[in-house]
Amino acid sequence: MSDVILELKDLHTHFFTDGGEVPAVDGVSFKLHKGEVVGIVGESGCGKSVTSLSIMQLVPNPPGKIVRGEINFKDDNLVNFREKRMKQIRGNEIAMIFQEPMTSLNPVYTIGNQLVEAIRMHRKLSKNEARAKAIEMLQLVGIPRSDEVIDEYPHQLSGGMRQRVMIAMAMSCDPEVLIADEPTTALDVTIQAQILDLMRKLNQEQDTAILLITHDLGVVAEMCDRVVVMYSGQVVEEGTVREILKDPKHPYTKGLIRSLPKIHEKEQKLYSIPGTVAKPTMDATGCRFAPRCEFAFDRCFKENPELYQLANERSSRCFLYDNEERGVEEHVQTDSRG
Amino acid sequence: MLAYTTRRLLIMIPVLFGMTLIVFSIVHLIPGDPARVILGETATEQAIADLRESMGINRPYFVQYGIYLADLAQGDLGTSLRTNKSITSEIGPRIAATFELTIFAMIFAIIIGINAGIISAWRQNSWFDFSAMIFALVGVSMPVFWLALMEQWIFAQELGWLPSSGRQSSLDPIEPITYFFVLDSILHMDFERTISVLKHLILPSVALGTIPMAIIARMTRSTMLEVMKSDYIRTVRAKGSGQFLVIYKHALRNAMIPVLTVIGLQTGVLLGGAILTETIFSWPGIGRYVYEGINYRDYPVIQSGILVIAFIFVIINLIVDLLYAYIDPRVKY
Ligand SMILES: Nc1ncnc2c1ncn2[C@@H]1O[C@H](COP(=O)(O)OP(=O)(O)O)[C@@H](O)[C@H]1O
Ligand code: SF4
Ligand SMILES: [Mg+2]
Repeated sequence: MSDVILELKDLHTHFFTDGGEVPAVDGVSFKLHKGEVVGIVGESGCGKSVTSLSIMQLVPNPPGKIVRGEINFKDDNLVNFREKRMKQIRGNEIAMIFQEPMTSLNPVYTIGNQLVEAIRMHRKLSKNEARAKAIEMLQLVGIPRSDEVIDEYPHQLSGGMRQRVMIAMAMSCDPEVLIADEPTTALDVTIQAQILDLMRKLNQEQDTAILLITHDLGVVAEMCDRVVVMYSGQVVEEGTVREILKDPKHPYTKGLIRSLPKIHEKEQKLYSIPGTVAKPTMDATGCRFAPRCEFAFDRCFKENPELYQLANERSSRCFLYDNEERGVEEHVQTDSRG
Repeated sequence: MLAYTTRRLLIMIPVLFGMTLIVFSIVHLIPGDPARVILGETATEQAIADLRESMGINRPYFVQYGIYLADLAQGDLGTSLRTNKSITSEIGPRIAATFELTIFAMIFAIIIGINAGIISAWRQNSWFDFSAMIFALVGVSMPVFWLALMEQWIFAQELGWLPSSGRQSSLDPIEPITYFFVLDSILHMDFERTISVLKHLILPSVALGTIPMAIIARMTRSTMLEVMKSDYIRTVRAKGSGQFLVIYKHALRNAMIPVLTVIGLQTGVLLGGAILTETIFSWPGIGRYVYEGINYRDYPVIQSGILVIAFIFVIINLIVDLLYAYIDPRVKY
């Protein structure tokens, strides 16, 4: 498709720690189209943040480093960019907001100071024009008394307000892509809904493509067009929201969906996938999910499954979708229905 | 900021009273006869009686303390037993001498210490970082008197580049105005003398400034490393700001909050306790004044010297606290 704005191709980001090399992002590929909202889901530690920081070229180095792969943004591969050109991309064409609104703003400068810096970094505006633009942005993200808030310090605002400021800052140069790394995880439920509403509004009105990182399938259901499911540094399933929620293919995705609380359920106890996320290691053999997978069979412990394409932008990293194993898949299908 | 400053100034009142009370007690509550203790065993009865009279020792303590406070309020620090001169007039130039030296030592320490700390943190584990930190480790553990003697030996005696002691060349003394000789020579429009006075300042400033410099460098490095990992620095980088803005605008101001404490403490130490360095470099400062007072059992001088040093500590604390509030907006609440 021609309207792809961001494409990751076989991205590998590793950490070189005292305990050895950690392939935190281990061959991740996906596409983001213009104006689209794509969710990246997966349990904590599966490599979502490292993936998003890799796109921004902000992985702490040392210990982290992109060792292989491409990050194609429009016509360029960002991996080849030097810091100087990357600076022109960050905040200007690709902006990012983070999980921790309480600590993401510099405590010793006013909101206005930090917003004006972001605006003047990429736009040739005078201080006064930038300030006017900053106030306008604060209004846009629904901050009341924005002409006063602009001269306040972060500690004078609530967490929800600070996240709005972060969004205002990220949107101030009309980026084409907004990466939101768990933007609502640290906020309480009502504030969370407001922030998501705001992001949806920005997506629709400004046509900004959003890469929404979350571990919450509820947020995904509400916000996203397509979903990429990650497990232990790898993409394990990809599809539209409808496909993923109604017809998950990968046993891990099935588990995630089963563990969602359901309103009409009689059963009180929530399902949770047994075991814990496997930490990515360099010498892993077999399917990363095998130790926790109820469908695992011999082959799963010996070979690492590839990402089997099921349809266009619909895939699953599981041997059950290998043509050779077709028989087994039918078995699984009946099994999960019954 | 105004409310904070006022509150901070009000807190000083009890502190200042407490200080005068302690300093008063040092001399007036000596067990036995203070006059006899002060003058020593060989003193004549007449001398002791005279001193008792002039100290007002026969009156109740609180009356004596009242008189002491009244004198202080008029800027009267008493009379030196040794020179029989007003301590106030003797101590003024001493304070100026110590301040001038401390200012230069701290400028040296702060400029080099902070920048070395920043570069070390920025280029963590580079050869610069390693050598700077080894240098800093040596710096903090080096005895100041040894460093001072080495400096004199190398730069004054062997190379002859710099004067080895004193504040100015003794042949041609300055006409003092403020007793800050750099300032005085500039006020006299005598720039050749400014150069000479500055040269006299170099060796003692380096000797005194080395330990604070090393401490500041280490502190700056560790707080910068901490701050650089913080979420708001990641935000600054995510909006496309360059390395210079990240370090010197966003990280440094946050890292300065703990470093400021160290700078304040070290300044206080230099102002009050540079006796050894002042002696080696024949620097007529407050430390040496008190030291001489101790040698001559000049109790009024000791008493006033301690009071002045304590007062300087309090003022520096005040300045540091006000700077905190200036750097960190959260302090005011
Ligand atoms: N600074 C770091 N140093 C070493 N390992 C790291 C670092 N940051 C992340 N990792 C590793 O990368 C993996 C993925 O982390 P992350 O992307 O933060 O997960 P999440 O999906 O919860 O955002 C984790 O296993 C973690 O151990
Ligand atoms: S490959 Fe095997 S272990 Fe991995 S998810 Fe599929 S069935 Fe489970
Ligand atoms: Mg994360």
